[in-house]
Amino acid sequence: MKGMSLIVRTIARVVTTFIFLYSAYIVVYGHITPGGGFPGGVILALGVMLLMLAFGREVPLRKLPEGRASVLDCLGALGFWAIALLGLTAGYFFLNFLGKGEPFRLVSAGTMPLCNISISVKVGVSLFAVLAALSIYRRFYPPGGEPPEDMSGG
Amino acid sequence: MDQILPLLVAIPLGAAFLIPILVRVWRRFPDILGNLSTLALLVMSLLLVGREPSTYYMGGWRPPLGINLVADGLSVLLLIVISSIAFCATLFSIPYMEKYTSKSRYYSLFMLMVAGMNGVVLTGDMFNLYVFLEIASIASYALVAFGTEAEELEASFKYMIMGCVASTFVLFGVGILYGRTGTLNMAHLARIVDRDGMSPAILFASALFLMGFGLKAGMVPFHAWLPDAHPAAPAPISAMLSGVLIKAIGMYAIARFFYVVFGMDGLTSTVFMALGLLSMVVGALLAVGQWDFKRLLAYSSISQMGYVMLGLGIGTPLGVLGALFHLLNHATFKGLLFLCSGAIEHGTGTRDMGKMGGLIRGMPLTGTTCSVGSLSISGIPPFNGFWSKLIIIVAAVQAGHYAIAAVVVLLSFLTLTYYLRLMRHSIFGDLPEALKGIREAPALMGIPLVLLAVCCLSLGLLYPVLKPLLLGPATDVLLRAGDYIDLVLGG
Repeated sequence: MKGMSLIVRTIARVVTTFIFLYSAYIVVYGHITPGGGFPGGVILALGVMLLMLAFGREVPLRKLPEGRASVLDCLGALGFWAIALLGLTAGYFFLNFLGKGEPFRLVSAGTMPLCNISISVKVGVSLFAVLAALSIYRRFYPPGGEPPEDMSGG
Repeated sequence: MDQILPLLVAIPLGAAFLIPILVRVWRRFPDILGNLSTLALLVMSLLLVGREPSTYYMGGWRPPLGINLVADGLSVLLLIVISSIAFCATLFSIPYMEKYTSKSRYYSLFMLMVAGMNGVVLTGDMFNLYVFLEIASIASYALVAFGTEAEELEASFKYMIMGCVASTFVLFGVGILYGRTGTLNMAHLARIVDRDGMSPAILFASALFLMGFGLKAGMVPFHAWLPDAHPAAPAPISAMLSGVLIKAIGMYAIARFFYVVFGMDGLTSTVFMALGLLSMVVGALLAVGQWDFKRLLAYSSISQMGYVMLGLGIGTPLGVLGALFHLLNHATFKGLLFLCSGAIEHGTGTRDMGKMGGLIRGMPLTGTTCSVGSLSISGIPPFNGFWSKLIIIVAAVQAGHYAIAAVVVLLSFLTLTYYLRLMRHSIFGDLPEALKGIREAPALMGIPLVLLAVCCLSLGLLYPVLKPLLLGPATDVLLRAGDYIDLVLGG
């Protein structure tokens, strides 16, 4: 059987929702509280990691295959890049052309929340891809077989 | 016009992330986009030649608070080196990389490496420099392992471990400097060091920088990764690593920090000369016994970077000029030689010089350009290597270092020896039976070879044009550190 026991799977199913919610909170509130795109993205990937451990790697990979993950990863980076380039049209590269932030207000700070969201996509999907790669390529030799000569020596 | 500066980083960065998406639309997009980007970078860096030094504030934030980009003579020289070799390498990659799978990942990593190097030479902020250094380094670790054979993986692993140690040294250095002076801006730091003098903490940070960037530059005794990593990579990447990367993230950073930020003194000068001489001698002696074509070139890179370090160590205007000229020249001939090694490997399927010979009959273009590269690096007039070595030797004599000048002359003979051996065993001599059917490399691989061979010949002869346009301003940056501070922070 793939994955872990029923208890682990049930708890993982419940907890993952909260992990994703927490990740969204960290990203969206990144510009007014400690946090931001990077930590939010890492938390997102950790939620997926829990799913992978509890249900086996196929479950998350069925939702987001490697190819699509690679595209999403690039789109996240391109989003950040595009925001910086848009600043160039307003005068300076990376210029915050949408206005400044106000303390404790969610919809403020111009391009900062947008940057946070693209970074969270980039970081979350990248780490997901790293985890997927580690689980796919964990074996260098066929299951049950001996490692080939040239690999065993390191 | 100043808007060019951020684009020099933004274009390769954008291309790096567009390529993996667009390859799904059309298989040829990576080739097209990769080459267009490097061509655009080449044009933009040529546009910067002969212009007044300029600075650019990211997001409109002024230094010392914000990050700024600086295009002065030294940065422009390095930008031209990076973009011209990168253009030749991408052109060469179109046919050469066909034998590997996943060209889109290759171009994507290549563009990230170029973005990192452009960032390192443009930025005026220490921590930003560290980040770009890591972008370029990590992309290069992956590119060295691109073949994924045991040899490539081992070389990449070794390179990665040593490279990470070097990056950690640099990060510690940045941390110490920030803790000590409260600034990350290089011009602001230079002003503080100039005002307060070198404290032991700053001296320690500078030693960390010398180790960190020295490892990236392949200086002996930090060179052990280079002879494995450079030959293991695909040929265009070897050309980029040996031709550009060790200069942009190693030698440039050393020159920028020690000349402009910390200021040169007698001790630093002696250390530079000792490191330079050691690299020259050890690199050349190890190159003599090599039978692997690319490994010989890699050891020769260590030796040639020693010349640059020595020139910087001499520290006179002529010495610095010679060092920067040799840096430019080394990029052209080492780029050419590594691309030739790729063309030869493409044609013969081997890198072992013992199995080659008489290649000029089967591959006349590759043979001729490879000979041009070998003659240039050995310092035969009228090729460019001769002039820069001559300047370094004259500078050593003028500064009263007669013994060093003598060693440099002797090592030039040694360089000639091992390159003559390379030519004797691979290009000339008898064509082995097994290689009777070899054919010339495809045209797209031939064009970069010819371009770089023309550079090898013309850079030496065009010295009177190059000096006022490119080398003079670059030398001035290193010799007049105050100008840099005034440019960034305002008089």
